[in-house]
Amino acid sequence: MKLTLKIWRQKHANDKGKLVDYNVDINPEMSFLEMLDDLNEKLAERGEEPIAFDHDCREGICGTCNLYINGRPHGPIRTTTCQLHMRHFHEGESIVIEPWRARSFPVVKDLIVDRSAFDRIVQAGGYISVNTGSAPDANEIPIPKQIADEAFNSAACIACGACVAACKNASAMLFVGAQISKFALVPQGKAEKKIRAEKMVAQMDAEGFGACTNTGACSAECPVEISMTNIARLNREYIGAKLTSDNV
Amino acid sequence: MSWITQTLTSTIGRKLVMALTGLFLVSFLFVHLSGNFLIFRADGGRAFNEYSQFMSSAGIVRVLEIIMVLGFAIHIYTSFVLTRRNQKARPQGYAFSQPSANSSWFSRNMGLSGSLVLIFLLLHLRTFWYTYKFGDIPTVTYEGTEYKDMAYLVKTVFQQEWWLSIFYVIIMVLLSFHLMHGFGSAFQTLGIRHKKYTPLIEKIGIAIAILVPAGFAAFPIYFLLTR
Ligand code: HEM
Ligand code: FES
Repeated sequence: MKLTLKIWRQKHANDKGKLVDYNVDINPEMSFLEMLDDLNEKLAERGEEPIAFDHDCREGICGTCNLYINGRPHGPIRTTTCQLHMRHFHEGESIVIEPWRARSFPVVKDLIVDRSAFDRIVQAGGYISVNTGSAPDANEIPIPKQIADEAFNSAACIACGACVAACKNASAMLFVGAQISKFALVPQGKAEKKIRAEKMVAQMDAEGFGACTNTGACSAECPVEISMTNIARLNREYIGAKLTSDNV
Repeated sequence: MSWITQTLTSTIGRKLVMALTGLFLVSFLFVHLSGNFLIFRADGGRAFNEYSQFMSSAGIVRVLEIIMVLGFAIHIYTSFVLTRRNQKARPQGYAFSQPSANSSWFSRNMGLSGSLVLIFLLLHLRTFWYTYKFGDIPTVTYEGTEYKDMAYLVKTVFQQEWWLSIFYVIIMVLLSFHLMHGFGSAFQTLGIRHKKYTPLIEKIGIAIAILVPAGFAAFPIYFLLTR
């Protein structure tokens, strides 16, 4: 299968960067990242600098792989880049591969961006600060299955950043919404829900992410299908916290 | 910063302001439209002229007018602040992007539809509000009281300045686009999302986005057709 890859090459954070064409002939059974591995081996053989891209588990669970492929985060199907296979492309196709684009996700090299802004948002309040001790007995705190499932759906966020990449405003509302929701829904997280919403939103804004226009692009591209309900809940939690918390 | 300014200048706070002013402006559209329909009464424009007189003189309307102007000003100001922030959040764009794969055109172009509505508003105020207040327009007398003949002004403007009438109709399509996304979006911004109500809110949003601009477009279309 012959393809033309147009890949973003950028030597370092301050380099201007540009798209470079690579003609490859690959096995359609390959995964997207295997194709890049294959290309990198060939580049190394030719003495050229291999393409830097992020990846870790290659099982769709860690959220490290993040490529903007043909105009969409993680490519044409709803999955992580590592779970994308070349059978979703056709012979002779041109594929544009770019890094996530957001002020808060600066490019480190080639296709790798620095997503530590997400970590700082989580550090601002995405935790429960009581000493939890050893694991409690199952069912010690009764939580209806429906609510447990909802919280679990929010907790499924792998922080890949596709939401930010897809959003026309580079907004992190879906990510933060998921972080807020997984705690706000269950009793363990309720105690600190106001201060959490206030601090996480303040950090989100300080990082320079855009505001939410409710286009829904984030949720439509999310590989783990985090729903727009999380953003509505974030709005509710934040406004509620601001109106009723004791933090002046 | 006090907690109030902190809240209102946060991204979510600004969106809250957008949503509240946006929904308020929708309510204004309803009032404006229902009053305008008086021009279709077959009474030689009397009801419409009396209504126009009332709208430009009653004290309570003055208060509402100030609130409405504030509503517009705050909505527009906040839209600029947000749009600028959102642009700055992505200083370098993608070489190739397919936004229509994941979102609607209406939702991505609120700034465009809003700005065109703004240009329209200024022109609209100049054509009718300014002329009514300060311009030289004929008067009519009903039972001894003199009224400015607003019905005549509307009719002649739409009939003679046909290009303006067509512009009005085009802008109503853009207002429709603005509301197509805006109405439902405002509820999401307010945190109102529920299995029972959200599908209904979205349907109401689409109905409003079609019927209200269609209602406004009916005036220029009617007068164009009866030239
Ligand atoms: C009759 C006039 C108008 C009505 C009824 C209206 C209504 C609305 C509503 C309901 C929203 C949704 C708020 C939300 O997403 O929470 C909205 C958003 C918006 N409006 Fe308007 N609007 C009007 C005029 C304007 C004007 C004149 C402008 C700009 C010059 C404007 C710019 C915007 C923008 C940019 C947004 C999207 C903000 C964002 O989510 O990023 N609107 N409008
Ligand atoms: S590499 Fe872990 S999700 Fe793709």
